[in-house]
Amino acid sequence: MIEALQLSKIFSDKKRGEVRAVDAVSFRCAPGEIYGLLGANGAGKTTTLRMLATIFKPTSGTAKVAGFDVIQEPAKVRAHVGFLSTATALYGRLTAQEMVEYFGRLNGLEGTTLRQSVDRLFDALDMNSYRERRCEKLSTGMKQKVSIARTLVHDPSVMIFDEPTVGLDVMAARAIVSFIRDCRDRGKTVIFSTHVMSEVEKLCNRIGIIHGGKLLAEGTLAELRARSGLTDLEDIFVRTVGEA
Amino acid sequence: MSLHNIGTVYRKELMDSLRDRRTIISMVVVPILVFPLLTVGMGVLGVTMVRSAAKEIPRVMVLGGEDSPKLLDALHSFRGVQIVPSAPDAATQISEKTIREAIQIPPGFDAALDRGEKSAVTIEYYKSDLKSEFALETTQKFFDDYRREVVKEQLAARNLPPGLIDAFEVKEKNVAAEEKVGGSMFGGFVPYFIIILCMTGAMYPAMDLTAGEKERGTMETILCSPVSRTDLVLGKFFMVLSASLATALLAVTSMTISFFWAKHGMSHMVGAGEASPFSVSLDPKGVFAVIVMVLPLSVLFSAGMLAIALFAKSFREAQSYLSPLTFIVIMPAVASFLPGVELNPKTALIPIMSTSLVSKEIVAGAHPWGYIALIFASSCVYGALALAIAVKLFNREDVLFRI
Repeated sequence: MIEALQLSKIFSDKKRGEVRAVDAVSFRCAPGEIYGLLGANGAGKTTTLRMLATIFKPTSGTAKVAGFDVIQEPAKVRAHVGFLSTATALYGRLTAQEMVEYFGRLNGLEGTTLRQSVDRLFDALDMNSYRERRCEKLSTGMKQKVSIARTLVHDPSVMIFDEPTVGLDVMAARAIVSFIRDCRDRGKTVIFSTHVMSEVEKLCNRIGIIHGGKLLAEGTLAELRARSGLTDLEDIFVRTVGEA
Repeated sequence: MSLHNIGTVYRKELMDSLRDRRTIISMVVVPILVFPLLTVGMGVLGVTMVRSAAKEIPRVMVLGGEDSPKLLDALHSFRGVQIVPSAPDAATQISEKTIREAIQIPPGFDAALDRGEKSAVTIEYYKSDLKSEFALETTQKFFDDYRREVVKEQLAARNLPPGLIDAFEVKEKNVAAEEKVGGSMFGGFVPYFIIILCMTGAMYPAMDLTAGEKERGTMETILCSPVSRTDLVLGKFFMVLSASLATALLAVTSMTISFFWAKHGMSHMVGAGEASPFSVSLDPKGVFAVIVMVLPLSVLFSAGMLAIALFAKSFREAQSYLSPLTFIVIMPAVASFLPGVELNPKTALIPIMSTSLVSKEIVAGAHPWGYIALIFASSCVYGALALAIAVKLFNREDVLFRI
């Protein structure tokens, strides 16, 4: 479960002064659901997700992730979250196995438990052929799989994806989309940000349109269509943002 | 704080760094090969050059002396120099190194000596040119011997004993222990060397583990793991500290072996009676004590560099921050060489300089325990402060993400 409560983040910028990157954003995402955060570049998507993953501390408001408060218990939140974005790269000089094992150890796994978890992931993601290969020598698709294994090694109940398909080719992007759907089917709470309308239409149970740090509209695709009187998600997005 | 997490981060950083060619070069190759090559290599080169300069029979021009045949004959029969015909451009020829020096004999030199009057011979030479200075030394020795012969003849003519020339002699006797001689010669150099290596050894890993991670995009990956930022920075810090100390230890070991080899294996290069440039005898306990004194300084370098490099967005930016730091470290270390700069309650509190000064004393065989305790404690405080700053900065998202 993810529950954002009046989540706000203000950055101090020397040139621009105070910048309100996220402004009192509230939403809920239940287990077995995918919540899509739809917004243009600079809308506040990444900052929101980074606050949920406890990489950033909220300026005001809070959020509960897997039942833990992001401000009070950030380590417990991170122990229950798998965070994946294009900015979360791999350690090039570690092998695929060492990379996944490292994150397993940081999540408290050791010995047989760690080995079993790693083996299960390498089998499930068909990664055994490049298990001992250094991450810097892997193809983009292989790297993507190692990143997925890294986020799943401790079997988190909440998955956070920040524009996970940006910069990927069609095949790699499809694999990610399929992986996100699989997470939902296994009962995980999933939130992901994107500006690709088709991904939202394909995947999301609920959608939040974010712009200028504010959550302007929220609901299922059907609810958004009914409220706006428009059928195309892109039209709905443009009108919502234009009215703001 | 979790020791398990700190250990996990440390082991990963160590494994990662040992697979990095640049870290291996800065941590292993440079201290093992480059510094001994520089020091011993330069020593060998110096000995070779000095010996070749000493072997040369200098070409010397004699100006004047036409009315002093006795001196001219003595000069021509002296085998230490090769007399060349006189020319008006002697100074130019010395500058151009065609001749090494010119001897100017004043008019009536022989006659003046016979009358027992004082006379002066001038030797023109090129200061800072080793071969010209050797020529000067040779000719001065010739004139010393010539003077003694003349005085002897004059004493004999007056029926006085020749022993009057050497009425008494002065003998030298060294009472300093061998390590103190070595210590005073190299006392300033060894700690300086260790301090600089501790810094250079920490520099590359400090940049790679902070700015390098940001540049490669792995910083966000590690920040979303449950490991606390304090554990993360401590794991990284211990890796940088290991690199810093490993660099210094490898260099000291390599230097010791090189000097031992140079002293015993190259003794044939040094002639009998000549002082070997490698005859350095350092007390191993002294060197060990210096390493212990440098330990808190190494903590200061590792934590300080980690904190500074964390500000940078990229490896190159980190380099531009840390490169000027080299001068800030070198300056106080060099200051300990300056005459008049001594250990006192004020200098004992200046980081780097104090360690350099006290280490110089330790290597030279002295043990000012009060200062040793004060400097070790103050260095520990500076190191702890730098580490606290690094931990604080790792907890600041505006520094980690440079928002």
